[in-house]
Amino acid sequence: MPVITYREALNQALDEEMARDESVFLIGEEVGEYNGAYKVSKGLLDKYGPRRVIDTPITELGFTGIGVGAAMAGLRPVVEWMTHNFALLALDQVVNNAAKMRYMSGGQFKLPIVFRGPNGPAEYLAAQHSQALQTYWAHVPGIKVVAPATPYDAKGLLKSAIRDDNPVVVLEGELMYSWKGEVPEEEYLVPIGKADVKREGTDVTIVTYSKPLKVVQEAADLLAQEGIQVEIVDLRTLRPLDEETVYRSVGKTNRAVVVDESWPVVSVGSYVAWLISKNCFDVLDAQVELVASEDIPMPYNHALELAAQPSVSKVITAVKKVLYLGE
Amino acid sequence: MAERIPMIALSPTMEEGRIVSWKVKPGDPIKSGTILCEVETDKATMEYESPREGTLLKLIRKEGESVKVGEPIAWIGKLGEQVPDETEPSQQTPVFNQPVEVKKPLERTEVLPPETTPEKAPIPAMDQPLNPPVSPRSSTRSSPLARKLATELGIDIRRIPGSGPFGRVIKRDVLRFQESLGQIRPQKEDFSVVTPSPSPLGREIPVSGMRATIAKRLSESFFTAPHYFLRVAVQMDALLDARARYNASGTQKLSLNAFFIKLAAEALRKHPQINSTWKGTTIQIHGSIDIGLAVALPDGLITPIVRNCAEKGIVEIDRELSGLIEKAKKGGLKPEEYTNATFTISNLGSFGIEEFTAIINPPGSAILALGEIRKEPVVTDQDEIAVRRILRMTLSCDHRTIDGAVGAAFLKELKDMMEDPFRILL
Repeated sequence: MPVITYREALNQALDEEMARDESVFLIGEEVGEYNGAYKVSKGLLDKYGPRRVIDTPITELGFTGIGVGAAMAGLRPVVEWMTHNFALLALDQVVNNAAKMRYMSGGQFKLPIVFRGPNGPAEYLAAQHSQALQTYWAHVPGIKVVAPATPYDAKGLLKSAIRDDNPVVVLEGELMYSWKGEVPEEEYLVPIGKADVKREGTDVTIVTYSKPLKVVQEAADLLAQEGIQVEIVDLRTLRPLDEETVYRSVGKTNRAVVVDESWPVVSVGSYVAWLISKNCFDVLDAQVELVASEDIPMPYNHALELAAQPSVSKVITAVKKVLYLGE
Repeated sequence: MAERIPMIALSPTMEEGRIVSWKVKPGDPIKSGTILCEVETDKATMEYESPREGTLLKLIRKEGESVKVGEPIAWIGKLGEQVPDETEPSQQTPVFNQPVEVKKPLERTEVLPPETTPEKAPIPAMDQPLNPPVSPRSSTRSSPLARKLATELGIDIRRIPGSGPFGRVIKRDVLRFQESLGQIRPQKEDFSVVTPSPSPLGREIPVSGMRATIAKRLSESFFTAPHYFLRVAVQMDALLDARARYNASGTQKLSLNAFFIKLAAEALRKHPQINSTWKGTTIQIHGSIDIGLAVALPDGLITPIVRNCAEKGIVEIDRELSGLIEKAKKGGLKPEEYTNATFTISNLGSFGIEEFTAIINPPGSAILALGEIRKEPVVTDQDEIAVRRILRMTLSCDHRTIDGAVGAAFLKELKDMMEDPFRILL
């Protein structure tokens, strides 16, 4: 099976869907002539022309609104946000228009639109450009939110998102674009709303998604050396949430740690931890632990920047807490 | 809000503890970690660190009193806060057969139902579980899984000592408790019931925490570790003479056990495979030689441990050992002073036992059983009959970690060293 980058996997998904369906088009800053700020749209302008790969001014609220209107009119826009930090300007279009129109029109409008771009901290980008903002999207009924952590999931989920008749936010990651993984040559889809057990284990369940998956996998390898078998549930979709897969795993291990790179207060991670505490109450042998970013704006100092985020040692400490090991 | 501070399980098997002395008085500021009192548990006297912060408002229980795990011992809250001026008769002197407690569910948050069930206790209706589920406001902390498991097994969770934070009962505690019950009595019986009986059938005595621990650990060892036994007779004259000379001149009288520990440590140093632990997929060869010596107590036994014996001389070992034994007899050993011996010695010589076999003390892989030193006729190398002081000793080995030849080589080394202590220097 070919090994390609996360970036290439997204590019393949866009390319295949644009080839398959003429109503799919891409709009955003630098997506055309510059081949994408992170080169996700590389080659698409040459292949599909300026009517379907549209460069915009720096006007997030404007071009997101154009996308919403186009979707209501029957096209299938893919709106690229250069990062989710800038997408905050477009919150009104997403929350008040995209998320509500199917409901408020009594189903007369469909909203087949994808909003995508890198989310979460990268490195050395300081407080305003290092934020994991998934809570903003996942909070709103009417939107689907996916957060793939591997090239395979990225391609399969983006294709499913483009084909979905509802607004879907895709959370990518600047540091993840160069991650590599196996992606089959033949076409496939990853269904929205299905979590994936990335590693089987018996002692503790770690629920995570997106970039922290790598940190969790590293922690699991180290814990395995101590004889602790971690089961990793990668949510992949934040809304709708695949609760069943989470509960099945916790039912097996009796312990859960949730790892989420956004802030801990009213986050996806704290919501998932609450769901587990409530719905797995009788099978839990310990409190549910949450490993999140620290509740602060991201420091620019690199040591502090790393210390503010979930790390291998924080994950190991949380696992040992729920196993009653150590102090 | 003022909060009652409960007695917690300060050892894995503690069910009640006696407050030896209070270290704080009303009005004292309390930080998390402040030592509240010293508590004598089933195994040792431990310090109870405060789980709460605030000001100590009131002591509920006096020094010398025994308090069950979960029962309140003090109030902590804000300075100047009032606490109910309650006398707690049901805790001082348990009143049996009081349906009142069942009718007032609020009381159950602080007051545990009577531990024992006298003859006059109301018979529970058929559809009621024998052990009603503990109300979530019970002062016994437990994980939801542990509660469910205990209900399924028909065990009252309040009987189970907790090993989690603040004495929380967790899954492994229930399983351990169930296991210890299984070895003593059939399930569903309240094993704490004392039935004094004048009948010739004898009487039943409650199983102490220490007894349950001994039962569990040694059964586990004997039924999982394939034991085999190696015996030798050792001529002790050289060693005994050397010790007699030292003790006659020196200021400190060295115990024979200190010599045994040192010699065993030297032999272990040369045969590290013996100083090991079976771990299923790996074998741990220990870096430090930590030798436990079985010491009999009135209600059981305990093995105080001299750590890192290979690096210590006999004088130092003897000093440490006598300190530990004294502490053990007073019940003051800390868990780290009696757990995780890598090798154990059991000496029944003073009881006139000729020789015996011992059960391996996990996590060690071998235990050395020493009999009495007695004079015996032996045939010397010159084919003459001579009187020698002979010690018979038996090494029990776990065959999973120690094969016969390996155990034999170690035992020969030890025997040679005991017969000619000068060999240690070789």
